[in-house]
Amino acid sequence: MKKTVDDSLAQEFGLTAEEYARVVSIMGRTPSLTELGVFSVMWSEHCSYKSSRKWLRTLPTKAPWVIHGPGENAGVVDIGLGYAAIFKMESHNHPSFIEPYQGAATGVGGILRDVFTMGARPIANLNALRFGNPETPRTRQIIDGAVRGIGGYGNCVGVPTVGGEINFHPAYDGNPLVNAMTVGLARKDRIFLSAAAGIGNPVVYVGSRTGRDGIHGATMSSAEFDENAMAKRPTVQVGDPFIEKLLIEACLELMATDAIVAIQDMGAAGLTSSAVEMAGKGGVGIELDLDAVPQREPGMTAYEMMLSESQERMLMVLKPDRTEVARKIFEKWELDFAIIGHLTETGHIVVKHKGQVEADIPLDPLADQAPIYDRPASKPVVPEPLGPVHAPLSLDATLIKLIGSPDLASRAWVWNQYDSTVGGQTVRRPGAADAAIVKIEDTSLALAITTDCTPRYCHADPKTGGAQAVAEAWRNITATGARPLAVTDNLNFGNPEKPEIMGQFIAAIEGMGDACRALDFPVVSGNVSLYNETRQPDGSTLAILPTPAIGALGVLDDVEKAVGLGMSDGKAVVLVGQTRGELGQSIWLREILGREDGPPPPVDLVAEKRNGDFVRQEILSGTVSACHDVSDGGIMVAVAEMVMASGAGCELESPDSGMRPEAFWFGEDQARYLVCVDNAAEFCARAAQAEVPARLIGQSGGNDLILPSGVTISAARLVVAHEAFFPALMTR
Amino acid sequence: MKAAIVVFPGTNRERDMAIALRRVTGHEPRMVWHRETDLTGIDLVVLPGGFSYGDYLRCGAMAAHSPIMTEIRSFAQKGGHILGVCNGFQILTESGLLPGALLRNADLRFLSQDCHLRVERTDTPFTHKWQKGDVFRTPLAHGDGNYTADQSTLDRLEGEGLVAFRYATPNGQVQADDTASNPNGSVNSIAGILSENSRICGMMPHPEDLVDPLMGGVDGLPLFEGLVEALVR
Repeated sequence: MKKTVDDSLAQEFGLTAEEYARVVSIMGRTPSLTELGVFSVMWSEHCSYKSSRKWLRTLPTKAPWVIHGPGENAGVVDIGLGYAAIFKMESHNHPSFIEPYQGAATGVGGILRDVFTMGARPIANLNALRFGNPETPRTRQIIDGAVRGIGGYGNCVGVPTVGGEINFHPAYDGNPLVNAMTVGLARKDRIFLSAAAGIGNPVVYVGSRTGRDGIHGATMSSAEFDENAMAKRPTVQVGDPFIEKLLIEACLELMATDAIVAIQDMGAAGLTSSAVEMAGKGGVGIELDLDAVPQREPGMTAYEMMLSESQERMLMVLKPDRTEVARKIFEKWELDFAIIGHLTETGHIVVKHKGQVEADIPLDPLADQAPIYDRPASKPVVPEPLGPVHAPLSLDATLIKLIGSPDLASRAWVWNQYDSTVGGQTVRRPGAADAAIVKIEDTSLALAITTDCTPRYCHADPKTGGAQAVAEAWRNITATGARPLAVTDNLNFGNPEKPEIMGQFIAAIEGMGDACRALDFPVVSGNVSLYNETRQPDGSTLAILPTPAIGALGVLDDVEKAVGLGMSDGKAVVLVGQTRGELGQSIWLREILGREDGPPPPVDLVAEKRNGDFVRQEILSGTVSACHDVSDGGIMVAVAEMVMASGAGCELESPDSGMRPEAFWFGEDQARYLVCVDNAAEFCARAAQAEVPARLIGQSGGNDLILPSGVTISAARLVVAHEAFFPALMTR
Repeated sequence: MKAAIVVFPGTNRERDMAIALRRVTGHEPRMVWHRETDLTGIDLVVLPGGFSYGDYLRCGAMAAHSPIMTEIRSFAQKGGHILGVCNGFQILTESGLLPGALLRNADLRFLSQDCHLRVERTDTPFTHKWQKGDVFRTPLAHGDGNYTADQSTLDRLEGEGLVAFRYATPNGQVQADDTASNPNGSVNSIAGILSENSRICGMMPHPEDLVDPLMGGVDGLPLFEGLVEALVR
């Protein structure tokens, strides 16, 4: 099949007429098929960030502890004692809709490679998942596949999956979100980067062989779905976690030597993007001989090899006198190792195959003249105030309903399919603390890691929602006693060519930026996933809720001081932070009244920082035995979660707050924590001194949750109500 | 006690096992790559958990034919002590060093959770720190932990007291058809078994992941402490 390169083929490859004209002008001739393929993937939304770049640049990325911010394969922060944490979150949304198991599995594989390519041993995985209406069979199929895929890959490579989040909303019916995050650990003076250097140095390919899978995956991920989405299955890659495990061990073994000049994984756009980025960053040329590329099947063309997204492959530039050392290591691990090219001073990428030059592209214009768009945006509409609402149910009936609802129900059915203990450093497993806590072996250090986003807030008010996502991540880390360090963002939105979507995107980034600056919480890595829309049979499109998922990391200098969220027995339970009873966009409003309106709770970043810094200081001084942030479902749900986590009960006092009980107990005001302390009066006095609102709301003990009305619910009954949802849904 | 941990391609709990062994012996165990063939001076061979060869054939089936296994067989014949955990247990059954087989979990899903084990024998190097009937908590993490064997093998295991551990409720009740306490559906709730000379022990759960109060407890520690006492030189 010989394709003619012209406007219409360029369009099929996802380039606009204007973009194609620019390609022709750069080349000074009609490009070859391989060249067109290279341009189209490098200039795809997925690889070029052409709609988002202008706005991403406004995010704060620096702090004294940031070693490498955005622009590398992953962000790198100093965690002390000579160690660096390397982390990033990345989406695999489009493939996970088409083929849930492989889509999710290769999402995990891809983010692992982004992290170990920098010299880090991966020590923790997390994932942020958004699914459609749980009542539809397709959603259940996607949950089943995505959970099996994440587990299948992460369990096999032996990296513990320690946390994550799941939301449901019909807006994700046609576009589920699978955002995977990996955290790795390296010595901070042993970080590996991707900029190629040394004219003549060999370019080495290691890992799996190249096949015809995932061709044009990056292009597929840069367009919305239509009714033929399932026909795109051939663009989904197939993962092999066993090979990935070998690749991790082989790369780390090689990284302990001095052989590597530069290294980059082959992710989206495979050999093309890794070769182009390595050479481009190093300001050198690169020549590849595709005859030397290990191939899974015969007869592959240059175009296919350059665009294949076969998994578990890495590209390296080695010191010429160290290639044999490297070869021996890869032979030991039974992985393919091939010298497939060398660096040149031409400033071009030259691709040869069977004696022919299949592509010869100048690298500078490929990067510098990549399209960048300042797309029109409309300002999001400010939501109307909620107005008065009335509670139809008693407090206890409401609580039971909420803790069993899809967004709040126990995720144990999911977590129990992920190996969370491999590595032997998991201090707090999923559900035991607000952030996962993973120890750094042989030190007193531990990392606190979380992912957060409240899409319904972002939909109602993207700016507040963007700020809230960052603030909640910061709060979850703080609630363990850890010092929040930095953020990775995974920005999932609809079609940026629509002004209202672009408006959401810009506002969310504005809110995130405000929060990151106020909380000294820079963004060090990230990923943008646009075009999360599906065309409906009637011609309209359904976009996802704007979902700027935040992955975040903090450090505990002394792991022994970490606290979990399980209620301690025989303590005073104190609420930190101010309660106004914000019910707009609350879970209560949606689950009890069936309404999704009003503004989200406001985010006061000054209060957020003041309250959080106070709570962290108290945890570190040893006065707090348990801590849980108050978020979805408000105070009552947070108390119930603490009770369910430990089995210790709690007797709540009447709030005497002057507001309606449902507003007090289920409002979702931000910047709040529940803590267990011995002496509430002293704690509250210290809080007052720090200008932090704090009040006693109950006493822990026994095995029951006792409401102010005197109604008693046993911890066991709460657990039954909490745990029913997932098993019942998934065994239908 | 000098311990060796055998590493196959795809092994992934060798570091967890090293931590547990280091904790009780005070020194680093020897890591043995599966292509090596020398176990001189070793008192305990450990086959740790993971996905050797990706578990793409049957779990443990490929590893059972690795070069080191010849040496391990002769180590066993000479009366050497071997502990196989999770994938290591699967390798021991696949290589015939222990009877039976590990099938897919009864509900066909990977399981990662705590379970409780009841100690059935206390006169072995692996179990002598416990009292008979003691129950301890331990994490498990596997897709294929559903122990089975033919009836005559089961009769022999039960008759000769070769069951080391059974899945149980926290208060020691054993009920094979209770998915809460016997989560993978193992026959007779068998979680770990012994060779006839009680020098080879295979088990699915991971006591090595519960040897530090920081990680939630030290329930798994007696197994390793017991080995050190029994194999002291």
